[in-house]
Amino acid sequence: MTLDRRPRLAVWKFASCDGCQLSLLDCEDELLAVADAIEIAHFPEASRRSVEGPYDLSLVEGSITTPRDLERIREIRGISRTLVTIGACATAGGIQALRNYADIKEYMSIVYAHPEYIDVLARATPIADHVPVDFELRGCPVNKQQLLEVVNAFLNGRPPAIPNYSVCLECKRRAAVCVMVAHGTPCLGPVTQAGCGAICPGFTRGCYGCFGPQDTPNTESLAQAWLRAGKSGAEVARVFHTFNCGAEPFASTGKRHDPNHQG
Amino acid sequence: MENRFLITLEGLGALLAELKGMGRTLIGPVVRDGAIVYDEITGLRDLPAGWGDVQEAGRYRLEKRDDGALFAYNSSPMAWKRFLHPPALTLWKARRRDDGFRIESEAQAPPLHAFIGVRACDLRAIAIQDRVLMEDRFRDPHYAARRRDVFILAAQCAQAGNTCFCASMDSGPRATQGFDLALTELLHPEHRFLLEVGSEAGGRLLSRVPHQVAGEADWAAALQATENARAQMGRHVDTRNIKTLLYGNAEHPRWEETAQRCLACANCTMVCPTCFCTAIEDHTDLEGSEARRVRHWDSCFTSQFSHIHGGVVRAGIASRYRQWLTHKLASWQDQFGTLGCVGCGRCISWCPEGIDITEELAVIRAQDQNGAGEDA
Repeated sequence: MTLDRRPRLAVWKFASCDGCQLSLLDCEDELLAVADAIEIAHFPEASRRSVEGPYDLSLVEGSITTPRDLERIREIRGISRTLVTIGACATAGGIQALRNYADIKEYMSIVYAHPEYIDVLARATPIADHVPVDFELRGCPVNKQQLLEVVNAFLNGRPPAIPNYSVCLECKRRAAVCVMVAHGTPCLGPVTQAGCGAICPGFTRGCYGCFGPQDTPNTESLAQAWLRAGKSGAEVARVFHTFNCGAEPFASTGKRHDPNHQG
Repeated sequence: MENRFLITLEGLGALLAELKGMGRTLIGPVVRDGAIVYDEITGLRDLPAGWGDVQEAGRYRLEKRDDGALFAYNSSPMAWKRFLHPPALTLWKARRRDDGFRIESEAQAPPLHAFIGVRACDLRAIAIQDRVLMEDRFRDPHYAARRRDVFILAAQCAQAGNTCFCASMDSGPRATQGFDLALTELLHPEHRFLLEVGSEAGGRLLSRVPHQVAGEADWAAALQATENARAQMGRHVDTRNIKTLLYGNAEHPRWEETAQRCLACANCTMVCPTCFCTAIEDHTDLEGSEARRVRHWDSCFTSQFSHIHGGVVRAGIASRYRQWLTHKLASWQDQFGTLGCVGCGRCISWCPEGIDITEELAVIRAQDQNGAGEDA
């Protein structure tokens, strides 16, 4: 048997919906080329076959929500040369980070018949809060072209071409009409990082902020614009507190305008 | 030589059909998603008959008109630069070979365009981009190839929007050059168009459709239409000594105040008809045997735009807004010999926060820190 010299890829899951790692399987046209260029050594969603580490590239999905997660992510970091987190859960805590704004014990008692069996941390946190991360790929879910770009950049030893400016640049490049200006539709595009190709504004919907804050997000100014347009503080809080509720400044802006957090 | 002619609505339809018959792709105004944008049109029936718009800072709404006018709308969210200076363009590809690599040009023959309904402000903007992208030390061959054979049918403005200020920038409302043909839409007593010929190509095209020489009354009506637009101009800028005014107010507190509002979203630069900045991205295939260089629109409002060795030069929003506005109206003059603003008002209408460049300039002038804007 000849030695396989292809870089070894591992895909790991923490608290998440699997949608981001599914994006890799979604790369149907490119998947064979990926499998040619790299050895998919550990990817339980794709194959039962698992090759032991260490790994050249680990893609990590999901947030840290249990004491066991805390141990496991350190083990994974230890056997990964490059570690890239993928998706809003891994980069910002995900939708489950909403619990960071509530009392976990209180609603565990409501949700579970036997909360004593549940062993979770009080907060859902991104991977980078616990181990060094080489690159964070945003999105809920990640964009498969961007995922390929990151894998590709890693294989070719170059920085990934993943912009961190606002969705508005992509929106205008695709010649979409601004939904805020032309329709009065609240849109998170101006404060959200590009990467999706401005899908929602392209279909005359406001941006939901799936890719988290852009590099210089003026969330308070946008919040004020919505309040002037007649939205309530609770509505402002709700739009900032979705998939990226754990990412600053979405976190603090949402909290500031949430009537339940004031006083 | 007669230079002013009249054509009917049907005549305009015939003129568009002639252009199309010459193998040109017609780009003109169409209603889409609640705005009048420029897109491919097949002929007269695609034009926004009976549609106008109302614009304010950060607000745009279509409005139905009862007169069936085709060109009674104001600035479009889209600038013509999209078709001359595309938002994304693959410049070249490189293929790895045993002895190195080979570069393959990606340049394809650009589409042969005819622009229908270009406003005076946008004609000036195109002239400014000509200067920047073709007439400087470095000539952009992609822009030049698209620009060379474009046919321009201008549309004189008969009204102005609330965010318009072309009269202040001396770029309108009446277009006097830079077109092949310029139409003024006249609605009374019957729907017709006064056409001015601006080039041989324009004259040749007109000769192929039914037309008649315009009378003095028609010409007076056309001039009056432009005067109506001038009177309706919604915004104003005092451009006296504007270069020294801005250079002398680099530390004005207004920059920080506006930065509280500015979203750094880059919409103003995307809609600006003169903003030309681009970024380069390199992509590779998975095996590393092929590389591709892509150019796309960039903006001075992004942090990466000013990233150089050691970090980002313009980390804060105030420095980015100051850079943009000062470049448009001051350093643009040093660099290219003209103002970089044509008064189309797009940056005002399409700023989600409604920041108004004319208001910013007025405040800086009113609170001039060093008397920099005063006459020497």
